Amino acid sequence: MRTIKTSDIVDAVADMCIKANTELPDDVRAKLEQAMAEETSASAKEVLRQLLENADLSAKTKLPLCQDCGLAVYFVEIGQDVHVDGNLDEAINEGTRKGYADGYLRKSACNPLTRANTGDGTPAVIHYDFVPGDKLKIVYMAKGGGAENMSRVTMLAPAQGWEGIKKFVIKRVAEAGPNPCPPTVIGIGVGGTFDHAAKIAKKALIRRLDDTHPDPEIAAKEQELEDALNSLGIGPMGLGGKTTVLSVKLAMEPCHLASLPLAVNVQCHSQRHEEVVL
Amino acid sequence: MAEYKLNTPLTDADMAQLKAGDVVFLTGYIYSARDAAHKKLVDLLDAGKELPFKLEGAAIYYVGPSPAPPGRPIGAAGPTTSYRMDSYAPRLYSLGLKATIGKGKRDAATRQAMQDHTAVYFGATGGAGALLSNSIVKSTVIAFDELGPEAIREMQVQDFPLLVINDSHGGELYAVPDLKAAGVE
Repeated sequence: MRTIKTSDIVDAVADMCIKANTELPDDVRAKLEQAMAEETSASAKEVLRQLLENADLSAKTKLPLCQDCGLAVYFVEIGQDVHVDGNLDEAINEGTRKGYADGYLRKSACNPLTRANTGDGTPAVIHYDFVPGDKLKIVYMAKGGGAENMSRVTMLAPAQGWEGIKKFVIKRVAEAGPNPCPPTVIGIGVGGTFDHAAKIAKKALIRRLDDTHPDPEIAAKEQELEDALNSLGIGPMGLGGKTTVLSVKLAMEPCHLASLPLAVNVQCHSQRHEEVVL
Repeated sequence: MAEYKLNTPLTDADMAQLKAGDVVFLTGYIYSARDAAHKKLVDLLDAGKELPFKLEGAAIYYVGPSPAPPGRPIGAAGPTTSYRMDSYAPRLYSLGLKATIGKGKRDAATRQAMQDHTAVYFGATGGAGALLSNSIVKSTVIAFDELGPEAIREMQVQDFPLLVINDSHGGELYAVPDLKAAGVE
């Protein structure tokens, strides 16, 4: 049994919040540069150029990439041989408070009905998984409201199959249009239950944009969806062009024989996330 | 696609010349207001009270900036998604508001209000919050401080880069998704 101090967790989480909100990930930058080279329309190129200039400015000034620093979402993998010397949930929330305060990040958590801001960016949304080993892995994701609002969960009939999934995803992205700051990253969860599909769709968004799914059949489906979505012609900021999505990430798990749960989680182009292993 | 430099307060003549696709560099004073602030503005109107800023000739920026770090007038300040303000926008346009600034689609009633009242909808680049903050030289909270990021700010802007998305003649810049090309009829 290995003991991890909550103070180390607080500091690591605070650092991740700040870094993710001010430094565009390398894989995202590479995709934006590639898209800029491939776009032929002037407005599409100009939007992509602005996004790259914005990233340069954030890295230099430490201003957040986007004023919407998101709701703090975490995926935590807890090794079975790890002991935390206090309350893990509270440590992650405390790290969030510290990161959002120290980094001058916008605190966007509020009461759903009164809309009163909680004032400190918490509570965070935290997903826990137990894994073998003696390490603690924490992935932070800044989930902005504009893109999140364009996400949907639906329960398809089993007979609708892959064609039904594809149709729903395409229609959702088409309907979202310019709203979520395209080019977007699309996380898709198929299977499990109503709630689980949404969770795996969101977790799929933490993959690198330039990776290939280890299952070649799923990798082919991701490419099929990416090609279809990019043929919609929505383009950067909805002004037209070849780049409507930067990547599609698909997660599939078994489901009930009566069900075909499908979740589409839309993420904005900056795909802000960070991870730490303690 | 023409390019214009405009100053606030905006006039009918300023707005009438603009066409979807035109680029505008805006200088002067604009006001931040988003979800909760819009509700409060409309509550004030319903109660017959004065608004914290003059709507006539004004531009509202749908933004909730991040906090200003030391030495800067404002934090990151890019646009938020505009459709959430569509239930309020036609009324504000009818009272003299000349422009709104945001990202994403507007509903039919809001687009119609722009035609009826010679007003426009500008797009700013979503997610370019750090870059856009460079055009904001001063920012002061003038109402609803309790709303935090959603408070109403008077912002002094210099050559704020905007794109006309919806003009006052019914024109719209956004691409229409090609469902057929994507394999969906």
